[in-house]
Amino acid sequence: MEVKLQNKRPKHLNLFKIRQPLPAIVSVLHRVSGVLLFFPGIPILLCGLQMMLGSQQSYAALHAYLLSPVVKAVLILAIWLFLHHLCAGIRYLLLDLHYGIALAQARTSSKLVLITGIILTVLMGLVIW
Amino acid sequence: MVKHTNRIVTGAHYGLKDWLVQRVSAVLMVAYLLLLMVFVLVSSPQDYVAWQTLFSNQWMRIATLLFFASLFWHAWIGVRNVLMDYIKATAIRLTIQILVILSLLFYLVWSAEILWS
Repeated sequence: MEVKLQNKRPKHLNLFKIRQPLPAIVSVLHRVSGVLLFFPGIPILLCGLQMMLGSQQSYAALHAYLLSPVVKAVLILAIWLFLHHLCAGIRYLLLDLHYGIALAQARTSSKLVLITGIILTVLMGLVIW
Repeated sequence: MVKHTNRIVTGAHYGLKDWLVQRVSAVLMVAYLLLLMVFVLVSSPQDYVAWQTLFSNQWMRIATLLFFASLFWHAWIGVRNVLMDYIKATAIRLTIQILVILSLLFYLVWSAEILWS
């Protein structure tokens, strides 16, 4: 009898059915952005640096790439991933130092991280575009 | 009856080292990026020769290589944590971890090659 009751209990293990709190979303984005910055982020960064410092020809080729709207869009996405990772990272450093560990403050700071990342990305995007 | 002992129940302590390295490397990278931003804003390099000149400074090259070393160590800890969380099959996880280490070592040699060529 007890076993049957246990089986009928709802299981809230589906991550897409749970309404995630904002700190959780910021945390997941920190992880996802970290993985994407590792790959393909690092090889693209090194390719770009090599083209920038390689020769006049490769510099001109890089410059031409950066004029294309697709490349600009990818660059702005990469900048957002980096800025979000940076802002969320600063938040974690502060949490490690026991700043803002109360629930209300933690929620506010996660909101701040998300908004700061987006605002800085928009500003960078305006400069690039 | 509970017997009280002074036994240390934590493990091999490598977790603390990784935790610390991840944070120290992050702070070093931010410091480098702030310095780079200042340099770029002051000299505002517009063409190939200007960028080449900026990165031909020996200290700039050393700082940039240290930035990359921090980045790759930071990335290793982060990626390892992600792999440990989601890939339960030891053989697959170990294979990917080895590939990640090899790629990061390759990137380190590559970044030195870019800076000193």
